[in-house]
Amino acid sequence: MSDVISLSAAAAAEAIAAGSLSANELFDAYRARAAADRAAGEDGLNCFTWVAVDAPHAFPATDAALAGVPLAVKDLFCTEGVPSQSGSRILEGYLPPYTASAVARLADAGTSLLAKTNQDEFAMGSSNENSAFGPVRNPWDRSKVPGGSSGGSAAAVAAGLAPWALGTDTGGSIRQPAALCGIVGLKPTYGAVSRYGMIAFASSLDQAGPLTRDVRDAALMLRHMVGRDQCDATSLQFPEAIQLPTAERLDGVRLGVPEEFTGAGIEAGVLEAFQAALTHAEQLGAQISEVRLPHAPHALSAYYVIAPAEASSNLARFDGVRYGLRAADATDLLDMYTRTRHDGFGAEVKRRIMLGTYALSSGYYDAYYGRAQRVRTKIAADFRTAFDQVDLIVTPTAPTVAFGLGEKTADPLSMYLNDVCTVPMSLAGIPAISIPCGLSQGLPVGLQIAGPAFSENRLFDAAHALEQSIGFDGAFARV
Amino acid sequence: MEHSPVSESLRTPPPPAPSGAQAGGPSKEDAYEPVIGLEIHVQLATATKMFCGCELSFGEPPNTRTCPVCLGLPGSLPVANARAVHFGLMIGMAVGSELAPRSIFHRKNYFYPDLPKGYQISQYDEPLCLGGSLGGIRIHRVHLEEDAAKLTHVGASGRIHGSDASIVDFNRGGTPLAEIVTEPDVRSAEQASEWLKLLRTTLRQLGVSDVNMEEGSLRCDANISLRPVGSSELGVKTELKNMNSFRFIERGIRAEIARQEKILQGGGQVTQETLHFDPGSGAITSLRSKEEAHDYRYFPEPDLLPVAIDQQMIDAARADMVELPAARAQRFERDLGLSAESAQLLAFRAELGDYFEAALAAVPQGESPPPAQTLANWVAGELVPRLSDTGGDGSEEGGSDPSSSRVEPSSLASLVEMLAAKRISVGAARQVLDTLVVSGGRPQEIVDAEGLAAMDGGDELAGIVAAALAANADAAQRVREGNAKAIGPIVGHVMRETKGRADGTEVARLVNEQLGT
Repeated sequence: MSDVISLSAAAAAEAIAAGSLSANELFDAYRARAAADRAAGEDGLNCFTWVAVDAPHAFPATDAALAGVPLAVKDLFCTEGVPSQSGSRILEGYLPPYTASAVARLADAGTSLLAKTNQDEFAMGSSNENSAFGPVRNPWDRSKVPGGSSGGSAAAVAAGLAPWALGTDTGGSIRQPAALCGIVGLKPTYGAVSRYGMIAFASSLDQAGPLTRDVRDAALMLRHMVGRDQCDATSLQFPEAIQLPTAERLDGVRLGVPEEFTGAGIEAGVLEAFQAALTHAEQLGAQISEVRLPHAPHALSAYYVIAPAEASSNLARFDGVRYGLRAADATDLLDMYTRTRHDGFGAEVKRRIMLGTYALSSGYYDAYYGRAQRVRTKIAADFRTAFDQVDLIVTPTAPTVAFGLGEKTADPLSMYLNDVCTVPMSLAGIPAISIPCGLSQGLPVGLQIAGPAFSENRLFDAAHALEQSIGFDGAFARV
Repeated sequence: MEHSPVSESLRTPPPPAPSGAQAGGPSKEDAYEPVIGLEIHVQLATATKMFCGCELSFGEPPNTRTCPVCLGLPGSLPVANARAVHFGLMIGMAVGSELAPRSIFHRKNYFYPDLPKGYQISQYDEPLCLGGSLGGIRIHRVHLEEDAAKLTHVGASGRIHGSDASIVDFNRGGTPLAEIVTEPDVRSAEQASEWLKLLRTTLRQLGVSDVNMEEGSLRCDANISLRPVGSSELGVKTELKNMNSFRFIERGIRAEIARQEKILQGGGQVTQETLHFDPGSGAITSLRSKEEAHDYRYFPEPDLLPVAIDQQMIDAARADMVELPAARAQRFERDLGLSAESAQLLAFRAELGDYFEAALAAVPQGESPPPAQTLANWVAGELVPRLSDTGGDGSEEGGSDPSSSRVEPSSLASLVEMLAAKRISVGAARQVLDTLVVSGGRPQEIVDAEGLAAMDGGDELAGIVAAALAANADAAQRVREGNAKAIGPIVGHVMRETKGRADGTEVARLVNEQLGT
């Protein structure tokens, strides 16, 4: 492994700015590794749906903050002239005429587009097995899934095929694969990052965020993503500057542990690693107490009504009329719609479109969508109450470590349960970060830290202090 | 575009209105009263589209006024047009709606090639404006939404079924629309058409829309049901879609009323369905039945924030309000002493009211203003009929705009003043107006050039009257014998001799004087 690959993104940016590293050299090193993975097909990790053919002709001026740092971007971000397919057959080869705001901001800060990463189709999945372009493998164990839906982004960062990657999180799609791949992943406050140009799954939940090797990189990337965007009515001005974390201690920080996520359903090895992380926190000066999120057990049910409902509408535009797949030889309009969507969507996407369509149907709306929204309101209130008592909430990120490829594909419900710890924060719109906190069965375990809206700086500080104390070594996966 | 979620049967019955079906119709048991509610879609005259920055299109080449948002490209997001909200508030104020402090956009989901996202962003149970009334018809609600794209079907059928191909022009897609829904207070086809003209004038005065039916910036659907006269319950309704001229609306509604009447009188039942009126054949055909109706799966649009109306927005809308037709008619009646009929005629056709007021204000220096009622009569009764020979089916304007004629408002004012001062006769004034319409100019100059000045009651006229009596001795004799009508040929003779310059009343006085009657 080349030395440049061992640099964090922040370290690489500093080296380029100092003139000790050439942007071209860095880009070529990563491009070669990414291209090799793509060329390896099933023998590789299958992290990418597209890899840059050449280094960009001109790297931005080196005074740009992230000058010359390559960036891997989840497939569902629109990138002008570069395939953006959201892991779906229905958008195979689709070349958008514009670039997503989050990607454009990172490009303005000096990053160059290295690759597009594989994902579950339309971000629907927790294992990356729902991609039309094949499953991604976990670099810690090729027989295991990397998590999803940002599985390609997580695996690429863990395996050192990209210095960092952009992902999206709807119910855990950044945090859960980050946990399963032993890296850092942040879901920002809803509205902190523009959604413009993100191929939508569930509009009221989708949020872009960083997948990085360490907490400092996550803060660095987020710093260059946040802010109000005129193109996204739900985006907000971040109320403060994102700081690069330096905290080494947690003195006086009150951490709340919700009993709802530390009992049944959480694997023993995961709980063990989680308890060890709490011990680290105590040693760093944190006060740990139990908190209650009484409606959290209903979060998954509410989520699997709201997200499919929005998705059923968001995915209506894939009708074969203007772009993407259109079934050949359709006999009439309905036949064209039916066959295009039959051929273009995978099984999980169809399942969720049907779920969502049903939930919004006349006569069922109140019982499903209406009730789910009321649960969502209660969950947000639960968090507000909890944050009156504690500063941050900590949970395991996922109830298990990475599971085997094909292990859960036959049972959608057990797959959905993988999001049990991450979905409540998504429904509440609050930020949450996952950091690696140890191994179980030789596979990484994630620790999730959540805070009130726009508390990202506090999350980074706490995560940074714990990261330093835990000393997780992810180099194993970067072969 | 569909019916509001509030069921008609839940609404309070409208005030009783005179029924056209009663007079001379079938016996009371069989007499039916039409109950009509209108849904009007108005394209708003904003600079840009409802949810993106594309300029509105006026006949540009297809698909040149588009962007990722109005094409529904993956990843694109809507942002609501503040100007459209402003116009929506103005419409609400004009009809006296309650302006919702908070309203929300909903997604209305259905598949069609003119709908690029697979849903229309509209408003559902929390619209921008609630309630109100205009011209005696109650308004149910006013809300904002986006227009669909334009479909053209290639092939013989002209419709999507059976066409060889269909092509989509997205220039129109995303144009801001205000949907105005009335309560079912309209009772006849004629009333519907008249009321729509009032609405059109109101919207035009507000400046919120071009309100041109032929160009589709004003479109109307009608919900029609019949019920026995005297009943306060509502019958089964049908929805007549997208009629695009006042004449078609009137004909379509009349045809549907007749169709339902025939069904009911034959003991049948009206089926709830959506109908299409073909103005060519006069035929009404079913677009879809109640069972085939879409389930639009409305839900709040998660990509947009609620529209929160604050005092600043209300003040801004109020500042842009202008005098509306109903208020103008009142002012004409109250301040200028016009008859109610004249006041409405001029106020409800804004271009006539504008011309009338321009003429009143344009009295040349040194001249006294013409009497308002006479001027009103001459605008509506003399000038407009001379201009409305411009062809067309008359369904849109019902006459021409006098401001685009050769007759300057000040000229008409002078002419009417000369007439009122008896400086010219009515006949001469009409001749002058004929000339003005053709070639413009100043009335006084035309009067001078053509020698149309009224003759005073002096010796010249008396001589001509005497000559006329001599030439019409029989008639003169009959007048003497008490037959007043016999004066006609004598007066006619004088008028011929004077080329209409004589004042008819003065001639009659001289005739009677000379005959000693």
